Amino acid sequence: MTGTEVSESQVKGKYGKFGGQYVPEVLMPALEELEEGYEKYKNDPEFLAELDHYLKDFGGRETPLYFARNLSKKYGTKVYLKREDLVHGGAHKLNNALGQALLAKFMGKTRLIAETGAGQHGTATAMVGATLGFETIVYMGAKDVKRQQMNAYRMELMGTEVKAVQTGSKTLKDAINEAMRDWVTNIGNTHYLIGSVVGPHPYPMIVRDFQSVIGREIKEQAMEKEGRLPDSIIACAGGGSNAMGSFHPFVEDREVKLIAVEAGGKALKCTEKAALHSASLCAGEEGILHGARTKVLQDKNGQILESESISAGLDYSGVGPELAYLSESGRVTARYVTDDEALETFHELSRLEGIIPALESSHALAYLKKAAESGELGEFVVVNLSGRGDKDLETVLSLKRGI
Amino acid sequence: MERQMETELRRQSRRQKISEKFGELREKKEGALIGYVMAGDPSAEATAGVVKALANGGADIIELGFPFSDPVADGPTIQAAGQRALAAGMDIERYFELVRALEVEVPLVCMTYYNPVFRYGVVKFVAHAAEAGISGLIIPDIPVEEAADLKNSCEKHGLDLIFLVAPTTTDARILKILQRGSGFIYLVSRLGVTGTRADVSGSTKELLSRVKTNIPKAVGFGISTGKQAAEVIKAGADAVIVGSAFVRVIEEGNGVNEKLETLARELKSGILEAN
Repeated sequence: MTGTEVSESQVKGKYGKFGGQYVPEVLMPALEELEEGYEKYKNDPEFLAELDHYLKDFGGRETPLYFARNLSKKYGTKVYLKREDLVHGGAHKLNNALGQALLAKFMGKTRLIAETGAGQHGTATAMVGATLGFETIVYMGAKDVKRQQMNAYRMELMGTEVKAVQTGSKTLKDAINEAMRDWVTNIGNTHYLIGSVVGPHPYPMIVRDFQSVIGREIKEQAMEKEGRLPDSIIACAGGGSNAMGSFHPFVEDREVKLIAVEAGGKALKCTEKAALHSASLCAGEEGILHGARTKVLQDKNGQILESESISAGLDYSGVGPELAYLSESGRVTARYVTDDEALETFHELSRLEGIIPALESSHALAYLKKAAESGELGEFVVVNLSGRGDKDLETVLSLKRGI
Repeated sequence: MERQMETELRRQSRRQKISEKFGELREKKEGALIGYVMAGDPSAEATAGVVKALANGGADIIELGFPFSDPVADGPTIQAAGQRALAAGMDIERYFELVRALEVEVPLVCMTYYNPVFRYGVVKFVAHAAEAGISGLIIPDIPVEEAADLKNSCEKHGLDLIFLVAPTTTDARILKILQRGSGFIYLVSRLGVTGTRADVSGSTKELLSRVKTNIPKAVGFGISTGKQAAEVIKAGADAVIVGSAFVRVIEEGNGVNEKLETLARELKSGILEAN
C-alpha cells in the first residue's frame, strides 16, 4: 500500500532513471518554491523582456558563430566556433547567472549564494549580484582559490564575499556542499544560484533552459551561414551546462551528432581515494551526488572520489543527470581527452586563430583534432568555445616553467 | 563457530525494536535519549566501547553513523568524524560486523547517506542491516518522494524507516511523511546543519504542535545539555537526539568513555526531571 503510493509521486524532474530530488527534507519546500517561481515567470513577458535586455546590453549577446578558417584548413572540414568566450565575464556562465538572479529577484529574494570551481560561475554570479543589487556570497574550494586567484579577486572587486572552503578535497564538490549548508540555514531570503546542470530538480532543467540560448543561436546562425544544421556539435562537459545549452535545441534533430568531451586528466584511472580524471560519463558509475541520481566517480563503498583535471571548471566528480541520460541513451556521444591533449590545442588555437581558449573549451577543441581526420564529424562542425583562456595563463605558464 | 553464531543470535534477539523501547518508556512516562556517534571514529574497536558507554549512561536508542564522503546535512563536527572513520578504514562490511558484535540491548539505528546504500544495493543493504541487528534507518538525503524502494525493503525486513521533518516542512508534506515514517519522526529543531547550539530554538514548540501523530517525536540538531534536553521534553517531545556533543567528546579524546557516560547521564537526568 505504502509502497505503491510512494512510487506514484516519483516522476518529477527525472531523465529516465536519472535526476530527482535527493536532498534533506529542509530543502524540499525551497525546491518546490523555486519550481513554482520558475513555472510562473519563465513565460512572463516582463521577465523575458528584462532577461533579454540584460543578455543583450549587459552580456553582449548574441555571440558570433565564427568560421575558423585556419582551423578548417588544417582539419579539412568546416569548423565554426560558437564564441561564448565573448560573453561578458569571458564565459557562457553569465547566461545562467542572469536568468537565475532575475528569477530570484522576481521571487523576492535578497541574497545570492553560489559555488564555483574555476571561478567563472562565481564571477558571473558576482557580476549579476552587483548589477541587480544582491548581497552575494560565493563558496570556492581553497585549492581552487589558490589556482584561480585572479578570479577570486575579480569577485571581491564586484562586492562579493568569497568564502574559501577548507573541508574535504577543497574543490568544487566541497564548495557545493558548503553552499547547500548555507542554503539550508538561510532559506528564507536566499537563492542558491547553481552554476551547472547539476543538483536536485528543478536546477538541471532551469540551468539547461537558461543556457539553451547558446544552442538556439547556433541553430539560427547555422541556417544563415550554411543553410543547414551542422553535422556535429562538440562541447566540453564537467557538470555539463555549456554542453546541455548547446545540445538541448538539437536533441530532436537526430542527424546532428552531439559530442560531450570530458576531462581525461592524467589518465582514465583511479587510485584508492581519487580519480586521475573527471570523466563521469565515460568512466563513472550510477550514484547519488548533490541531490541527483547520475553518473558519479565513486569507490566500491559509494564514497565519492576526488576528481582531477588541469581545468578547474571540469574538475567535478559528477555530471548533470540529463546529460547522463542522453549519453546512456546514445543520443549524446561521451568522449574524453587528457590534460596534455587539451594543453596542446590551447596553444594551437591561440596561434592559428588568435583566440586563446579556456582550458575547459580546449578539451572540446582537442577532440576535434582527434576525430576530424577520421571523417566521423562530417563536413560542418560547431565547437562551443565556452570561455576565454586569459584566466588560465598562470596555470599554463607555471606548467611550462615546471617543464 | 556454530556456538559463536548462536551466541550472536541470542545477543541480537535481546536487542529491542524501536517500538518496544518507546512502548516501555511510555509506560514509565519517561522521555527517551537518542545518542548519535560515528561508527569507526576513531576506530571500530573504540566504537564498541563508546556505544556501551552511551548505553550505560542511559541512552535508550543509539544511532550509529556510517560515514559518507560528502555529508551535506551535517556540520563540521560530524563531517570530521566521518573523515576520521573513513581514514581508519570503515566500510560497509566492517560496519555490519561491528554492529553484529555490539553487546548492547538498546535499539540501534543506522544513519548514513543514500549513495553508500544505493551503491551497495538497497535490497542487500537493508537485508544485511536487519541481519546484523539494526532496527531502523535514517537517510537524511532521501525525502519521501524518492524513498519507495527503500521503504519496500525496510517493510520486508521489519526495519523502521525514519524520516525527518524540518521547520520549513509544509503541513501537506508533514502528512505525507507521517504516512510513510515509522519508529520515530525526527524533528529538526531549527534550520541548518547538525552541530551544537547555545539555545533551543523557539520554533521547536511550534513544530512539535504541527506534527500530530502517535509515532514518537524525537527532536534533534543543536542539543548538548541536560537543561536543553529538559526544555525539549517539556515542549512535548518524546525523545531528544544528541549527536555533535558526543562526537566532540570523542574528538577531544582522553577518558572518552567515562566522559560520554557522564554526558549521557546528565542528558538523561534532564529528560527525567522534565517528565
